[in-house]
Amino acid sequence: MSAITDTGPVPATRDERGEPVKKRRERGGIWLTLLAWVVGILFVLPVVWMVLTSFHSEADAATNPPAVFAPLTIEGYREFFTGGASPWPPLLNSLTASIVSTVLVLLLAIPAAYALSIKPVKKWTDVLFFFLSTKMLPVVAGLLPIYLFAQYAGLLDNIWLLIIFYTSMNLPIAVWMMRSFLAEVPVEMLEAASMDGAGLIKTLRSVIAPVVMPGIAATALICFIFSWNELLFARVLTATVAQTAPVFLTSFVTSQGLFLAQLCAAAFVVSLPVLVAGFAAQDKLVQGLSLGSVK
Amino acid sequence: MTSVAEQTRVGAAGPEPAGAARRASNWARRAPLMPALIFMIVVTQLPFLATLVISFMDWNAYYPDERGFAGFDNFVRVFTDVNMRDAVWTTILLTAGVVLLSLLLGLGIALLLDRKFAGRGAVRTMMIAPFLVVPVAAALLWKHALYNPEYGLFNGVLTWIWGIFGADPPQPDWISIMPLWSIIFALVWQWTPFMMLILLAGLQSRPIDVIEAARIDGANNWQIFRSMTLPHLRQYLELAALLGSIYIVQTFDHVFTITSGGLGTANLPYLVYTIFYNAHDYGRASAAAVVVVIGTIIIATFALRTVSSLFREETGR
Repeated sequence: MSAITDTGPVPATRDERGEPVKKRRERGGIWLTLLAWVVGILFVLPVVWMVLTSFHSEADAATNPPAVFAPLTIEGYREFFTGGASPWPPLLNSLTASIVSTVLVLLLAIPAAYALSIKPVKKWTDVLFFFLSTKMLPVVAGLLPIYLFAQYAGLLDNIWLLIIFYTSMNLPIAVWMMRSFLAEVPVEMLEAASMDGAGLIKTLRSVIAPVVMPGIAATALICFIFSWNELLFARVLTATVAQTAPVFLTSFVTSQGLFLAQLCAAAFVVSLPVLVAGFAAQDKLVQGLSLGSVK
Repeated sequence: MTSVAEQTRVGAAGPEPAGAARRASNWARRAPLMPALIFMIVVTQLPFLATLVISFMDWNAYYPDERGFAGFDNFVRVFTDVNMRDAVWTTILLTAGVVLLSLLLGLGIALLLDRKFAGRGAVRTMMIAPFLVVPVAAALLWKHALYNPEYGLFNGVLTWIWGIFGADPPQPDWISIMPLWSIIFALVWQWTPFMMLILLAGLQSRPIDVIEAARIDGANNWQIFRSMTLPHLRQYLELAALLGSIYIVQTFDHVFTITSGGLGTANLPYLVYTIFYNAHDYGRASAAAVVVVIGTIIIATFALRTVSSLFREETGR
């Protein structure tokens, strides 16, 4: 919006004469650059505030006006890790659920994407859109039957149930992403390989793999993020044993008094894997989030 | 590029061999697809069918003996329930508010980031950060570290600013004053990066030479934006809005954390969750879920159409 209003006032006289136009554009440019920086800083500020507060003492964290330059301490982190219930089991549960489900997703999605791009089945677009349509079904609609099934099968509070659910949650995203990456494999290379008499394994290894490896990595990171973030199902389907980190975060808050530094430390620790994975996948993030339809 | 590649690939099947051989080759093609397809049907379609069946049943976990067929009773109860009607309205407000605000902000920021300037990469990275905070953590952060009336950052900043003039700062209790908007703002903060990324990708796929030509012909920035950039961006705007709606309609974490559904902020997913988790009324929860699904299908139909038009453009079909 601001970009429009900033460039709007520049009058129509900017045509024909080259120089004044350029100068004007540059002067406006400084303001636009400044604006971009201000907006960027405003958006990152809550994250910075979270990290800063997590390194303050509880007394300094709960001051008004905020004590920005208060001395730094790791008290909040020590309290989080050793104070009450240990966060390690939930963190490990989240790690297990996210990593195992991501591996399962890739094992299922890569062959499926292959059958939808390189050697496509008939009606492959219909299949592709079936996968997408499952993503649009609100998860809350499946919650009750899955809960009842888990209760019946004795799978409540079992991490495998979450793993299966997270696999189904991310599989459509992964199929779409992997299909768009596999479609980038140049058809000439495939033809050349088959003329050289290369078998399936050799083609996969020496022609396809090098092209799609970055894509597989990005897909994995995005699936990891979505599994790690999930709260609703984890809350309903787990209790003490299989509790994940987001569930731990919600229960941890209600039982504490003066806790802001500790809360920020907890929020930061739980977010850290996602921040790392997200920045690692930064370039492919759009492609993943738009299910491969935007590059 | 891709369009040619795709077509040759489909054509590469070549002359179809006859009978059993063809069937065998068809199955060889289908084989890698089957595990994923079967898995998805079992894990996502069966539960939904079960929900549909349960929505026509009398089933409350507190009264296990009274289980039976209920006809449309659950649906009648769902549609006559004031909470449900409020939740529908809340869901619409929440989704529309977050999608529109984050789309507008995202568009503005994408336009800002479309130019080359010192530190563009750094600003882009800063912009992505909100999206990479775990949603529950983000909701907790906004509730306790930002909105808190006593020591939250917002009121802290007010104290600062008013302190400069030596005045008494206003210290509003943000969440009680504007419960729904506190959720909306926290969500807008998280979703603006998503919108921005898609729109930025759209902006960067503009044909530069055409725009340069228009500029040489004397079109000003506003004219270029209105008659060239915006039409080109249209499908990206649609895609961002629809994908955003699909995710945001399902918002649970923020409602659960910031207000626990109180003060008129219970949206449909949260309501279904409480009917199921607290009231253990399985029949009614399922009926509510079915209503949510029908609502989503309406949005999803548009979303699928947009994605498939983008998709067709990409693959040249």
